Amino acid sequence: MAIGTQQKNRHNSRPVVAGLILTFGLVLLIISMALSILYGAADIDLLTIWQSLTQYDPAQSAHQIIRNLRIPRGLAAALIGAALAVSGAIMQGMTRNALASPSIMGVTAGAGFMMAVAMAINSQPSTLTMMLWAFAGAGLGAGIVFGVGSISKSGLTPVKLALAGTAVTSMLSALSSGITIHFNIAKDLSFWYAGGVASVQWIHVQLLAPVMIIGLILSLFLAKSITVLNLGDDVAKGLGQQTILVKVIAIIVVLLLTGAAVSVAGTIGFIGLVIPHITRFLVGVNYRWIIPGSAILGALLLVLADTASRMINPPFETPVGTVTALVGVPFFLYLARKEGRGL
Amino acid sequence: MTSHSKKDRLIMAGLFIAIIATLLISLNMGTMRVTPAEVFQTLIGNGSEQNQLILFDFRLPRMIIALLIGAGMGISGAILQSVTHNELADPGILGINSGAGFAVVLFIYLTHNNPVSTVFVLPLTALVGAVLAAVLIYSISWKNGVTPIRLILVGIGINAAFSALIIVFQLRMDPDNFTQATIWLSGNISGTDWSYTLALLPWILILLPFTIYKASTLDALNLGDETAQGLGAAVEKERMLLLLAAVALAGASVSVGGAIAFLGLVTPHLARKLVGVRHRHSLITTALLGALLLLAADTIGRNILSPSEIPVGLVVSLLGGGYFVYLLMKS
Repeated sequence: MAIGTQQKNRHNSRPVVAGLILTFGLVLLIISMALSILYGAADIDLLTIWQSLTQYDPAQSAHQIIRNLRIPRGLAAALIGAALAVSGAIMQGMTRNALASPSIMGVTAGAGFMMAVAMAINSQPSTLTMMLWAFAGAGLGAGIVFGVGSISKSGLTPVKLALAGTAVTSMLSALSSGITIHFNIAKDLSFWYAGGVASVQWIHVQLLAPVMIIGLILSLFLAKSITVLNLGDDVAKGLGQQTILVKVIAIIVVLLLTGAAVSVAGTIGFIGLVIPHITRFLVGVNYRWIIPGSAILGALLLVLADTASRMINPPFETPVGTVTALVGVPFFLYLARKEGRGL
Repeated sequence: MTSHSKKDRLIMAGLFIAIIATLLISLNMGTMRVTPAEVFQTLIGNGSEQNQLILFDFRLPRMIIALLIGAGMGISGAILQSVTHNELADPGILGINSGAGFAVVLFIYLTHNNPVSTVFVLPLTALVGAVLAAVLIYSISWKNGVTPIRLILVGIGINAAFSALIIVFQLRMDPDNFTQATIWLSGNISGTDWSYTLALLPWILILLPFTIYKASTLDALNLGDETAQGLGAAVEKERMLLLLAAVALAGASVSVGGAIAFLGLVTPHLARKLVGVRHRHSLITTALLGALLLLAADTIGRNILSPSEIPVGLVVSLLGGGYFVYLLMKS
């Protein structure tokens, strides 16, 4: 514990700020989820929303929209935002690389690859089939990356993992582009792949929620070990950490969180890469704060961006990934300039 | 030490021979078969008119472009990885490709793709975009100097912003323009002729020797700012010069070939695996490897499903990624 305290002082962790951010972030998240249920292409007033919750009447289309479209969509956005941001935080902490994001573990590219295969086999897959294929692909991608990283003689180093991830990602993406070109399914696949949360239904949330909640809880338990691992493998070993075990668990958590997120929402870039940085700027370098902070800020950003994506050009939807980037980048640049310190 | 550099020289010579061999193979392969004998006859000036047209006006410029872009992107990636001290850095992730891409997409969107002018204007537009991205990254990260980590963070941000803007404008295009933009964005050297080659050549001819001349500075910078200062390098100035070189190389390459992903990231790694981290050898190896990789990828992409072509970027990813994974497992 003495070492932990020293660490805090030297790297300037900020528990008070972190506490404030967690509290206010949570309040803002609840408000923004309410907003996301309130606003949409169809104009629905507050009273109707309340009634749809308390006295649900399936005959009313407004009640249907609230119950079956907007509420699952809001919930999914929050869960996915949190999952992506937390996986990004774990990846950056574990590999000690500011450019690491969940997508470089091969998870996203693997999911995309399997979705391309699924579409090539059957051009009209059901939502559930696609989700399962995507999740299997996420596992495949991460499996290859992890396999390549650990087969090599000198063992599994974080940098090697990141490099293997980048190489495998680009190969899998190339393969899926090849498949989509050959079978002429590029447009259909892009609908799944760049999906966002627009077409989320309850079935998605029901499948998504348990996986993600398990992943998020595990990540909270991991937080302390990641902080130590972030000091470097040698230091972590010196402090008595079983680094291999921690890395394996961390990778499983990333796989669960990102795999579930990707299989429902396709690739939403930026959140996994940038939210952990923003959180680190705000709360300091202790992963006990970074991980819950990332979860809340990631959820907040995706819920807000999803709401905005419906309001920018109604009744059309703007891709949520672009909204997250355009909203997040100015803030991110401001912080990078102001703080600009490493991991 | 001497045996080491002897091994390095052998590797470089081997790469050079491989490039020449691939060049010769590539010349006689394609939708129209030209036999090696005919290639030889044409090269010494005795070929038929048709063969001359195929070799000199279609294949040769395209192959030379592949060599130049491969070397340019590789060196650009090598500089960026050393200057930022980050093994995952490349022109793509730092926003230079997407800056060029954004300029091109915006140009196509605004002019509705007047086909006559765009052939020559697009590369110039892309170059402006790449430089704009680099200026933005550098000026936003400047605060009493530039630190590598700030450079990377700002690069990520700029990249995300430009990528988002590309999508915003692409979605407002009509399908024809959309397709043209997509082809450009995924990297494509199929429509090249001599004018492109001549436009790209001076950049490579000047910047490649310049970078190799700066090899020892890159060695110093790679050790960290304080060490580099201790070794007498004017860190800030050298870093800016080298970044400029990296941007110009990437910008010029991207403007002609589109955003060929992965090339700038993987070649410096492959080179380091082969000849080690000293820049004098690794830079030359990077240039040779990049040229070889892109030429081989383009030859394969052109021929394997002939007469239809596989985009060269995809082949680069498969070839380079596969070899890289093999090296990772071996090391």
